[in-house]
Amino acid sequence: MYAQMIKTAGTGVKSPEEMTDQERAFQARIDADEKIEPKDWMPDDYRATLIRQIGQHAHSEIVGQLPEGNWITRAPTLERKAILLAKVQDEAGHGLYLYCAAETLGISRDELTEDLLSGKMKYSSIFNYPTLNWADMGAVGWLVDGAAIMNQVPLQRTSFGPYSRAMVRICKEESFHQRQGYDIMMKMCQGTEEQKQMAQDAMNRTWFPALMMFGPSDKDSVHSTQSMAWKIKINTNDELRQKFVDQTVPQAEYLGLTIPDENVKLNKKTGHYDYSEPDWSEFFEVIKGNGPCNTERLNARNKAWDDGKWVRDGLLAHARKKAARKASAKTAAE
Amino acid sequence: MADKLNKNDALFQFLLRLGDNTLVLGHRVSEWCGHSPVLEEDIALANTALDMIGQTQFWLGLAGEVEGKGRTADNLAFLRDVWDFRNLLLVEQPNGDFGQTMMRQFLFDAWHSIMLGRLMKSSDQRIADIAEKASKEVAYHLERSADTVAGLGDGTEESHAKMQTALDLLWPYIGEMFVGDEVDAEMVKAGVAPDPASLRDEYDALVGRVLADATLTTPDSKFAHKGGKTGMRHSEHLGHILTQMQWLQRAYPGATW
Amino acid sequence: MKNEWPLWEVFIRGQHGMSHRHVGSLHAPDAEMAIKNARDVYTRRNEGVSIWVVEAAHIAASSPSDKGPLYEPSNSKVYRHPTFFDIPEDVGAM
Repeated sequence: MYAQMIKTAGTGVKSPEEMTDQERAFQARIDADEKIEPKDWMPDDYRATLIRQIGQHAHSEIVGQLPEGNWITRAPTLERKAILLAKVQDEAGHGLYLYCAAETLGISRDELTEDLLSGKMKYSSIFNYPTLNWADMGAVGWLVDGAAIMNQVPLQRTSFGPYSRAMVRICKEESFHQRQGYDIMMKMCQGTEEQKQMAQDAMNRTWFPALMMFGPSDKDSVHSTQSMAWKIKINTNDELRQKFVDQTVPQAEYLGLTIPDENVKLNKKTGHYDYSEPDWSEFFEVIKGNGPCNTERLNARNKAWDDGKWVRDGLLAHARKKAARKASAKTAAE
Repeated sequence: MADKLNKNDALFQFLLRLGDNTLVLGHRVSEWCGHSPVLEEDIALANTALDMIGQTQFWLGLAGEVEGKGRTADNLAFLRDVWDFRNLLLVEQPNGDFGQTMMRQFLFDAWHSIMLGRLMKSSDQRIADIAEKASKEVAYHLERSADTVAGLGDGTEESHAKMQTALDLLWPYIGEMFVGDEVDAEMVKAGVAPDPASLRDEYDALVGRVLADATLTTPDSKFAHKGGKTGMRHSEHLGHILTQMQWLQRAYPGATW
Repeated sequence: MKNEWPLWEVFIRGQHGMSHRHVGSLHAPDAEMAIKNARDVYTRRNEGVSIWVVEAAHIAASSPSDKGPLYEPSNSKVYRHPTFFDIPEDVGAM
């Protein structure tokens, strides 16, 4: 998921007796599935956690443009180029919607951006992996967007109104992303020997990082329990991961691709697929900054921001001059 | 070109010129995706690039049809080499900074919108139809690029200086838009397209208006680089665009994607 | 000095004669650019034919603590809703 390892603010779920009247009323609204809106009273910890979570989600969309953007100029047909460009453009749009949702909580987009650029805030671990052949465009759409959708669909019901509305819009737009990825994979798997190799190579590199997207098991985490009580987290990481594996294995079989984990098999007793845990030490290294592309990704974002400063300043200065000219023309006329 | 140019060859060349312009510029603009100064601009630039890729599919699709050798738009885009490309030198120039990209876009959009307006009255209905669809898209491109050029020219001292540099750099590439050759003569004769030189006054007026708003100084020089639309002599940049754009099709011939 | 582009709220009217509806927000240096940005950001899938923008700082909003006095009185005026009245089926559509 695009928001990983979010540290929930506070000390865990309070019992009704420990809560103030305001907190009790707030929790009662959430329990009744009412939406919390920006001007409503909310606990500081709820606000702080949401800013972290929505901010990280937004950053993930923006940094997530880069691995796919890597192939826009090399897309093999005009149609593929248009589809990929439209998809990466959607990600910019999704980042924009999410930043706006975060802004209703009293933080500006520039502040969030600066926290991303300084490394203070994180983005999803998955975008620190490279895209090395064209089938990665398929694997990203199919597996990475597939994993993200697992998380985003339930988040449409999240308790914070602006976040929920952003997720509704995102889910609606996102439905084509996973399909276009699978469509690329189908073409590759029905193609030449080399294309099949590309597809398997992409699968081999993407499988475990995709599983890591859900984050380590959090079934015993006090943070997650609080976030779930606030309905800003709907399912545990393990639930979503299992759902993803169950959905993906038959899709891989249809393609004729091998999942790079010999322990993947249907468990007759549970009705779910068993699978091996990803290497969590690798995950923590990536989060720390030691993934294969962390440096490139952050450098690219920093460069775009720094190089763009004169443009943002220039257009704003022009807008101010224009407004001033209009005002003085009006005064002169009066 | 040896002997007499037959009308069909001329029409094919003319369509390649239109399609290669949007192909190469669409490619250039798509390079910005994920790297723009602000999210809203990133999204807007991607829309412009998407429109141009779509226009390329129409123009090169029709070019393949006119040629009659069974080549598709993709075949033409991905399997020709530099000397067979017919785009203006302007559109293959590197992105440079955001100001340079927007200046290149504006100088092209201004010409493109006037050209498409004329092509809507083409004697060839297929061309008139594509031009009509494209002209709506390009009217918006022009509005946006003109506003940005005017805004950045007028903005701060720094943005003004950068826009003047971009204008000075790109100015020698606009002359090529208005130079006619035997392909154009053939198109004029058949009522397919206007004489390129006939667009100049309208172009100068439009560009002059925006550059004045932008408080930029129009360069004096009438010098014009040539060789893109005839394919005689492209810049070195085009070859590098093609090595990226055509990589998969060249490395894995015959594969479908 | 803070040089962030102001935030704008975007309202779009679709093809089918409905009112303008709030669709989201964006940043822009001025109203003209906000409309253009709205066109690029919020009508990528053919969603609209008319755009309104208003700077977020200029929106006056009701306060949540007034929710009771503002909206609850209308709860008791059930007669404003057509389903309040039982009309015999024999009368036909009404």
